[in-house]
Amino acid sequence: MEYKPVLQTLKRIGSWIVFPLLSVGDIVGRKTGRNMPRLTLAALGIYLYIYVLGSTGVFNGYVMHIINLSLIYVALAASLNLINGITGQFSLGHMGFAAVGAYVSGTFTTLLFKLNPSVPGAYLVFVGAIVAGGVAAALMGVLIGFPSLRLKGDYLAIVTLGFGEIIRTILNNISYVGGPRGLLGIPKFSNFTIIFAAAFLTILVIRNLVHSSHGRAFLAIRENELAAELAGIDTTRYKVLSFAIGAGFAGVAGGLFAHLLQMAHPTQYGFMGSVMVLIMVYAGGVGSLTGSIIAAFSLTFLSEGLRGVLDGLGELTNLPLGDLRMVIYALLLILIMLFRTEGLMGNKESKLLMLPEDKR
Amino acid sequence: MSALLSIQNMTHFFGGLKAVSEFSFDVPEGVIYGLIGPNGSGKTTTFNLITGIYNPTQGTILLDGKDITGQKPYKIVRSGIGRTFQNLRIFSSMSVLDNIRAAKQYRAKSGLLSSVMRLPGFMAEEKRIREESMNLLEVLHLADRADDAARNLPYGDLRRLEIARALATQPRLLLLDEPAAGMNPKEVQDLMKLVQRVRDEFKVTVFLIEHHMKVVMGICERVKVLDFGTTIAEGKPEDVGRDAKVLEAYLGRKGAAC
Repeated sequence: MEYKPVLQTLKRIGSWIVFPLLSVGDIVGRKTGRNMPRLTLAALGIYLYIYVLGSTGVFNGYVMHIINLSLIYVALAASLNLINGITGQFSLGHMGFAAVGAYVSGTFTTLLFKLNPSVPGAYLVFVGAIVAGGVAAALMGVLIGFPSLRLKGDYLAIVTLGFGEIIRTILNNISYVGGPRGLLGIPKFSNFTIIFAAAFLTILVIRNLVHSSHGRAFLAIRENELAAELAGIDTTRYKVLSFAIGAGFAGVAGGLFAHLLQMAHPTQYGFMGSVMVLIMVYAGGVGSLTGSIIAAFSLTFLSEGLRGVLDGLGELTNLPLGDLRMVIYALLLILIMLFRTEGLMGNKESKLLMLPEDKR
Repeated sequence: MSALLSIQNMTHFFGGLKAVSEFSFDVPEGVIYGLIGPNGSGKTTTFNLITGIYNPTQGTILLDGKDITGQKPYKIVRSGIGRTFQNLRIFSSMSVLDNIRAAKQYRAKSGLLSSVMRLPGFMAEEKRIREESMNLLEVLHLADRADDAARNLPYGDLRRLEIARALATQPRLLLLDEPAAGMNPKEVQDLMKLVQRVRDEFKVTVFLIEHHMKVVMGICERVKVLDFGTTIAEGKPEDVGRDAKVLEAYLGRKGAAC
């Protein structure tokens, strides 16, 4: 029996079910001969799905929380991918940027709500605070970008690691933002809609950037810095720019994170946090945004899923199996790295993340 | 003929080692100029000094009368010098087309915002850059590989891609660092024709370093011979080939033990 046409039909039906909006868009595109914003349509479709499932209670609050966390990790991983994967620098302090965003926006909204709990246009103020957090983090990115001009590889990693720790230590010692207790009482403004929008925007901006002259400058620096300089690229400017943009999006993600958990704590933004994001970038594939998205979702769900499964098994068998969570998690990562050294996606992108003009 | 590149009294030390010593010369506009010399005689160092990778300890470098000494490499490239490398430095996981487009980045005017939003101005510019790049690839017989990852190209194509990338910066002076290295006789023949064609079609002055005597003798209109950082001969290739000092530098002193 011929299975290929069957498979194709199944695939088509599948894509109609998963991406109904995109499928309509593709038909319109074919009829009118125009390029449709395929990524936007696909994202909008997914957003509506999850939104409906969430509001009808099919996805309970816990699942929605994990989805929100995953989306924040998408923004963090994609922005780190711009620095590490696309520009080829090595940053180990990504959570430091997120911390700046979280504390700047968190302090702002907490203060405002202490003064006036029923401030008009509160949501807009919150969005403004998130953007301010992103800008503050981007400025920090410029600051950290400068040492990166003189350092490469391991040495740069050490400097960025140090930067992350400095941020954490400073936050730990400023009692105004709670010190080691953390910044508490941040209003819960983050919801699925804004987190999804931020994650989508991060991906869209970085995707479009990569497919521009600016993006080719980033890539050329990764490939061969000296040759990039001698192709007329101002490598200094683009390295700093890469840190600034990556840090800016990390700051936005940090701000959303703080307004989701209603608190910000120095330990959340320590070295382990940065490593977690780094793992997502490498497990997904260095330079692949698709990989970062997949890894952010699967690792967040895996980590939470393991918690559920192990706690359940632990209760049944009366053994402390919950402690094994990080061991199994680490083991799975080792397996990924052993069997797919280049990450899940390598440096390939999903068709959705490509633009009509590139045939890669 | 006026001098496009003029180097005056250039000296460069690596620690205590004098790599280039009070080196002066002019490259006239429009010629194919060759720089030869034994290994370690300071040829690549000279290129690195011209392109700003090193700053000369002493001396000045003028491009068309303008002082470019000590400027950053990307600025020197933008003022009109393109170069290739002896050991290839291709952007290997980028496509062939993107290798060229990367070298056209500095001429692109679209800002970050218009690039991210893909505004009409940006799209038009992208189209123009793409066309220009494809034309360049056409001339260098690489157009049919435009969408391939550069790392999948055979060696001879990569050499041409490097030249194409250097040309993409729209230089007036093209520096070729051992363009024939590792090529077979057929490829060397093609390269010689290519260099001449590039000079004529792109109106560039070519300044090349080469070990391959056939290339130097075949296409260079002027040749300069370096040894231990100083010039030992300069002139037309056929005269230089007969110069006693040159023969000594390359073949050793007469009567010395074999």
